[in-house]
Parts: sequence; structure tokens; C-alpha cells
Amino acid sequence: MAADSPKGVLVTPIFKNNPIALQILGVCSALAVTTSMSVSLVMTLAVVFVCAFSNLFVSLIRQHIPSSIRIIVQVTIIASLVIVVDQVLRAFAYQMSQQLSVFVGLIITNCIILGRAEGFAMQNSPKMSFIDGVGNGLGYGVVLMVVGFFRELFGSGSVFGFTVLQPVQDGGWYVPNGLMLLPPSAFFIIGLMIWVIREAYPEQVEENEFKMKHNTEPKEAV
Amino acid sequence: MEHYLSLFIASVFVENMALAFFLGMCTFLAVSKKVSSSFGLGVAVIVVLMITVPVNNLVLNYLLAEGALTWTGIAGAENIDLSFLGLLSYIGVIAAMVQIIEMFLDKYVPVLYNALGVFLPLITVNCAILGGVLFMVERNYTFGESVVYGAGAGVGWALAITALAGIREKLKYSDVPGGLQGLGITFITVGLMSLGFMSFSGIQL
Repeated sequence: MAADSPKGVLVTPIFKNNPIALQILGVCSALAVTTSMSVSLVMTLAVVFVCAFSNLFVSLIRQHIPSSIRIIVQVTIIASLVIVVDQVLRAFAYQMSQQLSVFVGLIITNCIILGRAEGFAMQNSPKMSFIDGVGNGLGYGVVLMVVGFFRELFGSGSVFGFTVLQPVQDGGWYVPNGLMLLPPSAFFIIGLMIWVIREAYPEQVEENEFKMKHNTEPKEAV
Repeated sequence: MEHYLSLFIASVFVENMALAFFLGMCTFLAVSKKVSSSFGLGVAVIVVLMITVPVNNLVLNYLLAEGALTWTGIAGAENIDLSFLGLLSYIGVIAAMVQIIEMFLDKYVPVLYNALGVFLPLITVNCAILGGVLFMVERNYTFGESVVYGAGAGVGWALAITALAGIREKLKYSDVPGGLQGLGITFITVGLMSLGFMSFSGIQL
């Protein structure tokens, strides 16, 4: 990690070293909960919370964890935090927790969180780990919100539930694109987003293992 | 019997773990570069899902659900509701089961153990496993149904990852635009596969 200042630790994972786009971590839930923006926002908050506090707690006790059982300790901390999130959602936003269904529970196996706990919090001070957790949670959230934005806008013509493009069935002009609400569109949007990010940061482009030779120029052939 | 068959087909094709619910995506994208290793991982997922989903079904019905402790005969046990401990117990059971399966295979079926290699421990944090367990809980499957569902979900996941690996083996010879190279084009391929699998929806036996 190049950036050592708190600000660098916070900002780098959001665009430059995005956990989803570059490290392919935690993609599972990123795709499933993005049919509408409000659901993506709740998921983002949940992940930021779990990621930040799991990093903080792991970092606080990092000197005392025997390395042979560190994974199970980390998973236990993460699972306890997720239970807190799950119970809070059930108590105060029951509708939302029904929509998220199993995906709140799946935050436990979200590789971003375990990856940061293992990769960053085990070596760094609690304060920096906390900031790193927030940064990575936000980096995850940015992708979630962008995907959610496109899927909700084109799938049902609204943003955060407010109608932007008046759909045909309500007397408007916009014919909602049903495909956007179905699973495949999430893959397409993330694929295209990766393309955009990599155009902006060319150093992230993967090497082609089998480089094509250029076509023979017509005049060379003659 | 028909009901079980229908559940199996639905969990393999219609509700495919990877392509309809995006579960186990991290490993799905990271490991699917070669058919042989994808197939190994697929088999490991089938084995682990087939064991952990039913075991967690027992844990839920005999330890955690409301009134599940009645069989102990302790006074007042029928009022105990431990279901808030669910997530912690499921992940613990999964980790323990994976460890036991690993030790069992190492001792009695070394051929399979060598074939699965590093994939077994990785599976603990595969969302497909926890996802399968959570869907089982949410849909209140009985013990029999949970066995069938676990097997079906595993087969579906294995099918998807092997198919993707087959496509990627060919894909690496194609001339893909720079920024889309590797991960980007894989996402789009998976999107097209998922579109294909959607045509199974509505199939009933």
C-alpha cells in the first residue's frame, strides 16, 4: 500500500484500488442487492459499519491472537457484528431486512471484510485500521451505488424511489427495460465499469497472455 | 419423490447459485481459469454443501429455533429462542465440517484429498455455502428437502464454474479491447451465461 497518511488510506480504496473492480473481492452481494438504490445504500452502510469495526477490534487484539487460530477469531468478530446489524435492521427497518433477505448474513463471507482484517488490521494500529475499514467499505459502496443507480433508473425509471423517467404504465413515455432488474444486467454493468476504471488507470490493465499479431498490411503481401 | 426431483432441478437450473443469486462469485471468478481446477473446486463445493446444509438444518431444528430445546426436558426450555445466534452457529458449523471433511478425506480417501488440494479450506469462506444454508433456513426446508437442496445447489454451482472455465480457456486467444482484458470480459461472459440460464426459469416437473 503506497499511501500511509490517514487520508490516503481512506481515499485509495475508493477509486484507485477498488476492492470490487481491481481485487475482485466481495462481488457476490454487490450484484444481488443492487436492483434499487435505497437497498444498495442500506447494504453500503451495513458493510462500512462491519468492515470498520471488525478492523478496529481485530487490530485492538492483534497482539494477543495466536496466529494458528487467527482466522476463526476474525470470523467470530465479523459474525458477531453482522448479527448486530441484522438484529437492528429487523427491529427498525423490517421491510428493508426482508428485501435484503439472506444477503445481510452473507456479509460474513464477504471477502473484503476478512481480507482487510487479515491483510491490514493484523499489522496496523487501531486508528489506521478503522480508517482503512471505512475506506474499503466506501469503495465497495461506490460500486454498489453506481450499479444500483443504473439498474433502478433504466429498470424502473426512478432514483431512490422518486420517478425521474415517467414509465409508460403511469401515462409517461419511458418503457422500462425489464432486463435491468434481472441478474445478467448486473454483470454487464460491472464489466463495463471495470472497463471505464481501467481506461482511467491504465496500469491496472491485465497483460494479454497471447498477443495477437497485427494483420499483414496489403502492400507487404504483394 | 416427484417433489424432491422438482426441487433438485429447480436448484440446479432455475435458481442457480452462481448465475441467479451471484453466490460464491469471488472464487467463481478467481479460480475459473482452467477447467481441471474448476471441476475440482466444483466437486468440493458439492460435497461440502451436501453435508453442511443438512447438518445446519439439524442445528436449527434441535438447538436454535424457538422451542427447539424442548427435547432436553429442562423446565422452561420450550420458551427459549436462540435463533439470533444463527449466523454465528452456521459459520462455525461450516468451518468445523470443512475441517472434519478434510481430515476424513486425508485419512480414508487420499486420492480425492489430493485432487481437491487447497480448495477445501478455501470453501469455508465461500458465500455459496453460507448462502445455501441461509436459503434453507429462510424457506423452512425439512431435513429431506435440505439434503436434496444442498446437492442441487452444489451441482448447479459446479456446472456453472466448469462451463465458465471452458469458455475462458478459449477466450484467452481472442483479441479483447485493452481495458476489458481479463476481469472485464469475464464479467460480461458471465452475464451472457446468466441470460442463458434464465431461459430455464418456469420449468417445472
